[in-house]
Amino acid sequence: MGMSICHAIASGMGGMRTTGDLVARMQLKGMRLPAAKRYVADKLKVGVGDLTDSTLMLDLRAELDIGVLTNPHGTAKGIEAKARIAQLLDLDIPCVRLLRARIGS
Amino acid sequence: MGTARRSSRTSKVSTAMGDGWAVSLTRDQLRRDLIEGSEAAAKRAHVPPLDEADIDRLFDLFACPGRIAAVEPGNEAILTKDGCANTLYGSQMSSGVGVPLSREQGIRLMERALCFDTMEVGNPDYSVKPAKSLMPLEQLTMEQSQLDCVIPLFYGAMPNMGLYFQPDGPFRNPADLLPKGRIEEARAAQVEAAERLIDDMLFMGYGMAEAGADGVNFDTTGSTGDAEFFAVLQAVERLSSTTDLAIEVGMATELVLGFHGELAYGNVRLAGLWPHQQVELVAQAGGSIFGPAVTTNTGKSTPWNVARAVTLVKECCRVATIPVHANVGMGVGGVPTAEVQPSGAATRAGAALVEVAGADGL
Repeated sequence: MGMSICHAIASGMGGMRTTGDLVARMQLKGMRLPAAKRYVADKLKVGVGDLTDSTLMLDLRAELDIGVLTNPHGTAKGIEAKARIAQLLDLDIPCVRLLRARIGS
Repeated sequence: MGTARRSSRTSKVSTAMGDGWAVSLTRDQLRRDLIEGSEAAAKRAHVPPLDEADIDRLFDLFACPGRIAAVEPGNEAILTKDGCANTLYGSQMSSGVGVPLSREQGIRLMERALCFDTMEVGNPDYSVKPAKSLMPLEQLTMEQSQLDCVIPLFYGAMPNMGLYFQPDGPFRNPADLLPKGRIEEARAAQVEAAERLIDDMLFMGYGMAEAGADGVNFDTTGSTGDAEFFAVLQAVERLSSTTDLAIEVGMATELVLGFHGELAYGNVRLAGLWPHQQVELVAQAGGSIFGPAVTTNTGKSTPWNVARAVTLVKECCRVATIPVHANVGMGVGGVPTAEVQPSGAATRAGAALVEVAGADGL
């Protein structure tokens, strides 16, 4: 377990602290790292170097309401945040699509 | 990883052997181990050795006196994780730490507290065969976790074809047949087991697609050799063409062992393939992410092992058309074979694979 934490701190993008989840979603579509980072940066209208700026991203994630690490009251949680991410990244997220199909939206 | 980090204060470099025990190397020994590790990989896999600039970068990384080392800002990569939250509640046999948490709690913890980029739902046994009979439970956990989580969620399981052979499964065991010279029977048993494994992987994959998984991770692929790799490629091909699942294929070791010896995917014989050849087949089958594994030699130093892993993974990254997430768990990717890891060795292995080999993730 400690090994996973080592890698997260030393080499990882930081998940929801920054934009790790967003860049990961583009890799799931087969994009290699530089292309995935560029795609997300363009969609967020920031520089690639900003993607791992945790201070900047805390505010930007809150502004875009795409899930905030500190989970404040009233912000999008879980699948609601992912619905906004799908829209923001122009991306199909399977669970969001399934939810929409079930509720007929 | 610049030269500014190089220590001029110490004449010796503290690192670990491949079994985790501490060792001190002179700077000459460090450089020699890096060069020899790279040359060992290049000779075996017929790939280029690391160039002088790469060796210099690895040297700086290991000579850096900090307890841990990291990639430079801007070079961060994506983490996928086999076994996932299971390591929180698991025990020694799976490098777990035995905390009394549910899977769902563990997944949230990995997202919120440990800040992983992705996470997995996985059965505690983490193999396809035992997990398939628990499909409704696995789907429930996936559905509930998808409601709660923001980060992408895979369903992870090992193909683990060994479980299909006697005494654990229905098919005759090639490990019993081969020593008796019954080669054709051993081959037939592997093909039969591979067909059953394909069925089970498809069953799991389709079930997880119905539950809204972002992807599936077939981890430790090839653990029983070329027939298992064959089964995984067939399953990836079917799942990628009929679902929207992202499919990660993580390997068991660097070389596909030829327990069958004659199986092919397309026109490519599977036995004896190295990571740079494996990734091409995984991409051709429709895989989204490839995880090369390079086994650690416990009798060599971590710098030797990291240089060897980086050499193999660098060529893999060079030819890859899909993201490459290098395996850096216990005993692979230059990480020592030790259940409680020396942090300095683990972080340096990961950073080297990202910055020198060019991995898209770990």
